[in-house]
Amino acid sequence: MKNIPISAMIGLFFTSIYFFMAIFAPWLAPYGMAEIVGDVWEPSSSEFLLGTDSIGRDLLSRMIYGGRTTIFIATAATILSFTLGSILGFFAAVSGGWVDQAISRFVDLIMSIPSLIFALVVLSVMPTTVPILIILMGLLDSTRVYRLARAVAVDITVMDYVEAARLRGEKIGWIIFRETLPNALSPLIAEMGLRFIFAVLFVSTLSFLGLGVQPPQADWGGIVKENKEGINYGIQAALYPAYAIATLCISINLVADWILNRTTSLKGGRG
Amino acid sequence: MTEPLLKVRGLKIGATAYPPGEKPIDIKIVHGVDFDLQPGKVLGLIGESGAGKSTIGLAAMAYGRGGVEITGGEVWVNGRDILKERLRAVRRLRGAEVTYVSQSAAASFNPAKKIMEQVTEAAIYQNKFSKAEAEERAVDLFRKLGLPDPETIGNRYPHQVSGGQLQRCMTALALCPQPDLVVFDEPTTALDVTTQIDVLAAIKEAIAATGVAALYITHDLAVVAQVSDHIMVLQQGDMVEYGTVDQIINDPQEDYTKALVSVRSIRHEEKTPTDTPVLRVENVTARYAGTDFDVLKKINVDVHPGQTLAVVGESGSGKSTLARVITGLLPPSDGTITFDGRELAPALAQRPIEDLREMQMIYQMADTAMNPRQTVGTIIGRPLEFYFGLKGKAKQKRIQELLDEIELGDGFHDRYAAELSGGQKQRVCIARALAAKPKLIICDEVTSALDPLVADGILKLLLNLQKIEDVAYLFITHDLATVKAIADSIAVMYQGEVVRYGTKSQVLSPPFDDYTDLLLSSVPEMKIGWLEETIAHRKMESAGH
Amino acid sequence: MHPIVKLIAQRLALGLLLLFAASILIFVGTSILPGDVAQSILGQSATPEALANMRRELGLNDPAMTRYFAWLGGVLQGDLGTALTNGRDIAESLGGRLKNTLFLAFWAAAISVPLAIFLGLLAVRYKDRWPDKLISAITLTTISIPEFMIGYVLIYWVAIKWRLFPSVAIINDSMSLGAKLNAIAIPVMVLTLVVLAHMMRMTRAAILNVMQSPYIETAELKGLGMLKIIRKHAFPNAIAPIVNVVMLNLAYLVVGVVVVEVVFAYPGMGQYLVDHVSKRDVPVVQACGLIFAAVYIGLNLVADIVSILANPRLRHPK
Repeated sequence: MKNIPISAMIGLFFTSIYFFMAIFAPWLAPYGMAEIVGDVWEPSSSEFLLGTDSIGRDLLSRMIYGGRTTIFIATAATILSFTLGSILGFFAAVSGGWVDQAISRFVDLIMSIPSLIFALVVLSVMPTTVPILIILMGLLDSTRVYRLARAVAVDITVMDYVEAARLRGEKIGWIIFRETLPNALSPLIAEMGLRFIFAVLFVSTLSFLGLGVQPPQADWGGIVKENKEGINYGIQAALYPAYAIATLCISINLVADWILNRTTSLKGGRG
Repeated sequence: MTEPLLKVRGLKIGATAYPPGEKPIDIKIVHGVDFDLQPGKVLGLIGESGAGKSTIGLAAMAYGRGGVEITGGEVWVNGRDILKERLRAVRRLRGAEVTYVSQSAAASFNPAKKIMEQVTEAAIYQNKFSKAEAEERAVDLFRKLGLPDPETIGNRYPHQVSGGQLQRCMTALALCPQPDLVVFDEPTTALDVTTQIDVLAAIKEAIAATGVAALYITHDLAVVAQVSDHIMVLQQGDMVEYGTVDQIINDPQEDYTKALVSVRSIRHEEKTPTDTPVLRVENVTARYAGTDFDVLKKINVDVHPGQTLAVVGESGSGKSTLARVITGLLPPSDGTITFDGRELAPALAQRPIEDLREMQMIYQMADTAMNPRQTVGTIIGRPLEFYFGLKGKAKQKRIQELLDEIELGDGFHDRYAAELSGGQKQRVCIARALAAKPKLIICDEVTSALDPLVADGILKLLLNLQKIEDVAYLFITHDLATVKAIADSIAVMYQGEVVRYGTKSQVLSPPFDDYTDLLLSSVPEMKIGWLEETIAHRKMESAGH
Repeated sequence: MHPIVKLIAQRLALGLLLLFAASILIFVGTSILPGDVAQSILGQSATPEALANMRRELGLNDPAMTRYFAWLGGVLQGDLGTALTNGRDIAESLGGRLKNTLFLAFWAAAISVPLAIFLGLLAVRYKDRWPDKLISAITLTTISIPEFMIGYVLIYWVAIKWRLFPSVAIINDSMSLGAKLNAIAIPVMVLTLVVLAHMMRMTRAAILNVMQSPYIETAELKGLGMLKIIRKHAFPNAIAPIVNVVMLNLAYLVVGVVVVEVVFAYPGMGQYLVDHVSKRDVPVVQACGLIFAAVYIGLNLVADIVSILANPRLRHPK
């Protein structure tokens, strides 16, 4: 771990801070999440570091709690999409034949409708609760993980060393876990980072549209929605969550980029 | 002596590599090379991969491929040092005075344009000929190069002609602007041996007919001996030896040149077939799912214990498919395979572990045959553990024994594939196969991706191991020199059939069938004048028929 | 028949099949999911009679197949049904909004496509030098920012602080083209920024891929100048990948429009869709979903067909 480039260091640093704040939100936030502590849109002061929001709640506290919600939903959705997508992708690649065809064509179909539109269609009849959001996002996004996992696995299963293992008489478990997975891990982990970013953006967008996390619970997209009127008066309250989303996503991107580059360097040349 | 057409002095070439996340590394490819080339002469540049021969060839056009940069020295063409000229002036030289023929014509032709347009482009663009003149020249060249339908072949797109034809079109492209010098960069390496001889003869005739000078780059000394006047031997970016073809072939001075000349001189006494073959393939027919023709048609061959059967053929002959059928990866549609006296199940999944253990495989690309995430120790150790349940000290001891057997010795146990050279990787793959204590090893083109000297080392090792371990080889190759070196019996394959089969001495002695005759006579020999003799011989024969 | 005609006919048929399957998916998504549409429209406190009425009104008592084909039959004749919330004909309300959305998307595309291709070429020209690295950095940033954030940042600066353009994009038919363009200036900027980075990056990759081909080296070794090489050798081969990039990004643009319309209160399809999702107006959602899916599938189809047409191997078979 000694050769981490500076960009990846910065990424790791900010990512850890955000996750730390999400986990320890109740101890870090100066005020309660839904506690009204001041006037509407107070400017930042020593009392309220980021000022107050549209109904006088402490914005910093809401940001911290909101980050907790956003990161939790995104993490859960990523875990779901990732598990489902990679298991199905590996399964399809190793099985081949009609199993592969059936799953792949179904995934093509789901992907022929833009995710956001699909989510909106489903949310028009489903209640917008956190578990439903997680499941919906996880399922929609697992199609992308599926494609990558399948492609990576197909690439690897045609390698001679996998054929050598099959000729040796190895069981499918050894072939997947010892021959295939170690070589697929880096692109998959990098993809996990990208999926997480996508989940953060997606849940924020849904909340912003009023179709995600419901008030009074705070999440970053929702805070933008609550405070967007303030923009017209030159109040930045709605922009803070946007900055938070951007810095978190960029940080994770930097880390994912580094992981991916590490793989490519292993493939080519010596060392 | 006349002023040389090409004069190279102290040529130094380097490149910068950018490993991701690390500081750029400067690599020196060529460290100061001098040579002259007189008008109308052909100089062969020869060396193994990494010798810098292509890089030197392109330097004659002041061109560095990829990140390659010419860092020092002089390159004089027609009395001008082109390294000192501006890009604009260099462009007037490229495609007019000096032209280039690449190894892969298929990739070097623009897929979206007709052949004629590409062949004449440089001649017209450089104002050497009008469009009509250039096209007339092109048709003339097509004819000289022995292309079919010379009048109309130019109207086709590159993907509409065969690989050998396209390579000749590329030569026409290079000759069309009437250059003073052509750089031929391994123009026949990617071709099958029976196609290579025709292209080689066509190139040689075209050079003679146009009086152009040429730099001929190749790794195959036998090929370069046919077309060159002089030869320069390169190794790791340094010149080893320079001389006339006659001197280099018949009286090499340097050890490295001697080694190159005597490459493939391994000879091995043929053993007589036994009564009980270890592998018997009977009437095997096979086809791939979803196709409607048989890739293998009624194949019958035997492999005898402790002996080598060489299966030889060109691309598309079905020789690799035969390996897939024997290993059970592609179950045959008809026929039986008997191994060590018992009939094998057609599909891999139905075969007992013991059958799998006794038949091992080595691949052409050692790169993809080794898992990049496993150390040499893990790779060799796995069969020991898997088949014999060896663990701990006993396993380590056996691994070390195997490493010694493949002549790698200490210090390789913990290395990864990326840290090994091509030859070392292939040795590790051999050790992995040996670890299973097999009765038969299938070798699929195991030396074709290696440089000749390295390949020789691998062949010697295989022969040696056969003596010690008494293992039989089914040796698949396209290279007849390899076959002569190691085979006890030979099967010649052509379009899915075995056209000739027997002991080595039987197969290699006349009378021949047509295909074997063509194949045998197409292998370049390290002998001056071989090409002319063979072509003349063929012409006589076809006249006689 | 020329094989290429057959291939394109196949693609078109496949596109139609996909659209048909997508319509089933949308219908299933809104009708058969565990949530009862009537219940979710009326809420938990609804009386059983009201629920029964609503179910009858929606035809929920019919089997799903019957309802699907009735709906599909209507759609094929241009009848998208009536909105539950106001009883208006959906096709009528959609017409003007679709036009507005396409108007917005058109101008965003008209600016972003040439700009992206130009910047992509620039990145190729200065590969691995600072302009290329800057473009990479900007790409990384913009794909990490949600569309609405770009929207509000631009509103904050361009509309509120500098007062250059209006912060809401309300247009109607009586406005002149100039007034309309003035109204949609910021939304167009947002959409341009949203797709620009992606498109630039993909254009760069596509051109680099072509420029690294051996036939470009052949052209260089013929002594051809850079411009001539690009025009005669790179361009004919780069067309298909670039069209592909453009189409993929236009498809992406169509989705981006949804959020941007909400941010700027723009009277288009996206806002209409989002509005009616929260009102749980299923027929409207189905109609909008289908139209978005059709546009998306259509653009992908165009990309497919262009790559078939541009492939010399398919155009001139052996």
